[in-house]
Amino acid sequence: MKKALCDLAVAENRQLGPRFSLLTLRGVIPGEILPGQFAQVRVDASKPTFLRRPISICDADPEAGTLRLLVRRAGAGTEALCQAREGDTLNLLLPLGRSFSAPACKDARILLVGGGVGVAPMLFYGKWLRANGYRPEFLTGARSEAELLLRGEFEALGMVHVSTDDGSAGHRGLVTLNPALDSRWDLIACCGPKPMMVGVAAKARESGSRCEVSLENMMACGLGACLCCVEKTVRGNVCVCAEGPVFDIEELTWFD
Amino acid sequence: MEKNTAAAPALGVEIGSMKMANPVMTASGTFGYGEEFADLLDISSLGAYIVKGTTLNPRQGNDYPRMAETPSGMLNAVGLQNKGVDYFASEIYPRIRRQGSNLVVNISGNTPEEYAEAARRLAALDDVAALEVNISCPNVKQGGLAFGTTTEGAGSVTRAVRAAWPRTLIVKLSPNVTDITEIARAAEAEGADSVSLINTFMGMAVDVERRRPCLSTVTGGLSGPAVRPVAVRMVWQTAKAVKIPVIGLGGIASGRDAMEFILAGATAVQVGTANFLNPAVCSEVIAYIADYCQRHGVASVSELVGALEV
Repeated sequence: MKKALCDLAVAENRQLGPRFSLLTLRGVIPGEILPGQFAQVRVDASKPTFLRRPISICDADPEAGTLRLLVRRAGAGTEALCQAREGDTLNLLLPLGRSFSAPACKDARILLVGGGVGVAPMLFYGKWLRANGYRPEFLTGARSEAELLLRGEFEALGMVHVSTDDGSAGHRGLVTLNPALDSRWDLIACCGPKPMMVGVAAKARESGSRCEVSLENMMACGLGACLCCVEKTVRGNVCVCAEGPVFDIEELTWFD
Repeated sequence: MEKNTAAAPALGVEIGSMKMANPVMTASGTFGYGEEFADLLDISSLGAYIVKGTTLNPRQGNDYPRMAETPSGMLNAVGLQNKGVDYFASEIYPRIRRQGSNLVVNISGNTPEEYAEAARRLAALDDVAALEVNISCPNVKQGGLAFGTTTEGAGSVTRAVRAAWPRTLIVKLSPNVTDITEIARAAEAEGADSVSLINTFMGMAVDVERRRPCLSTVTGGLSGPAVRPVAVRMVWQTAKAVKIPVIGLGGIASGRDAMEFILAGATAVQVGTANFLNPAVCSEVIAYIADYCQRHGVASVSELVGALEV
């Protein structure tokens, strides 16, 4: 897949509660984009923001020329992205990084776990899996039912297990305590806050499930050139942007 | 002042024996091995490209976090992560040796002997056009910056590498000194063909909510447009102090920025941190310089080196 710089127009900016914004972009999207890959988005609208912001691809349809990005307000850069208006142009460098894997067997038991803004790549991955004949299930969590992101879209793809901190939907408590994680899966894929991913990875090890996680270390270039976003792995420090962001947990040193 | 010339301006410059099609290079550590940018930029259009800092032995670099965004720039504390010169020679060099541009390898070490040994092994690689000797890395405990802050240190490393390396030798200088011109003169006296400046400034940023430094190493190197005015000043001073060509870098993000350095006395320029924002920025810089020459009616970019009117 060739990387490219492209200007895309903001077709829609849907606010999802106070902390998230779902941007629909339109334009010529170069090449094939795989689930788990990300874009480096230039932030022209925020003066204090110097570097691009890495944002997971939430959905991509190169044929239709649409791309969706879920953005969490974390600082000045993402705040400016969340305030993008219809008709604005965003410059993206994409597709970057390695994708989630495709299990060999179509009837593999697959659980996609997303927390917070980490649901973004899981929606794209879920759609990709369904389009390729798999039947994934989903596990998602939030503070409360009102903050569950993209719930309807997940429900259209398969069974959704839910955890909320206040118990307003699904199981009360953290995602990592959801009973869905007690059984063995052929693949668990996870993206969310690091403590959640570590917890899910620990459960996956207990149940003997293969587990892939998507990391979001701070990065500058997104191309594997600056060596800033490194994660310790069994083969030394590697760039999350180029050798990740998706890693099999056995490659990481979280449990050493 | 402005007039049109029909012929395309001559952009070629020479650094030592290295002939460059134009004065634009990519700065070490910001361009990987070039391959990372191959989809986004025609490597053969560059005057030269300088690959990631290479040391005699492999280095894991510093712990994460290694970067922090700062106003108009960033701090880094990578710490020269690389797989060592032998890995470079056997695994990377064969892939990148013929990309249609000058391949320059940046080297670093803990002792003058380590620099020299790395240089000796690189000398066996015919397609390495030049070495850039890093005596200015602020992110390693031994060596690096230690050699770049005294005339004796700069002289000893330059002398050691000169004895081991027959082709173009560039010494990369640190701005973390009182008088950069005396370090430049020390490198020149020991046989450097060129000096490149500036490497990053020592800096620091604090995460106030967590009451912790933003970098694992506490301090790191500041780069980006924030450092540009200081870099231009140092290039201007150094170009007047030495006879060898000066390569200017520090916050160049556009062709206009590059012209500042050239007019201040730089024979060539390097683009660094800006590659992260715009991976195709070097093509824009080259096009701007060509256009500038035409607009100003000069036949060759070399006429503009140090052409500042003060």
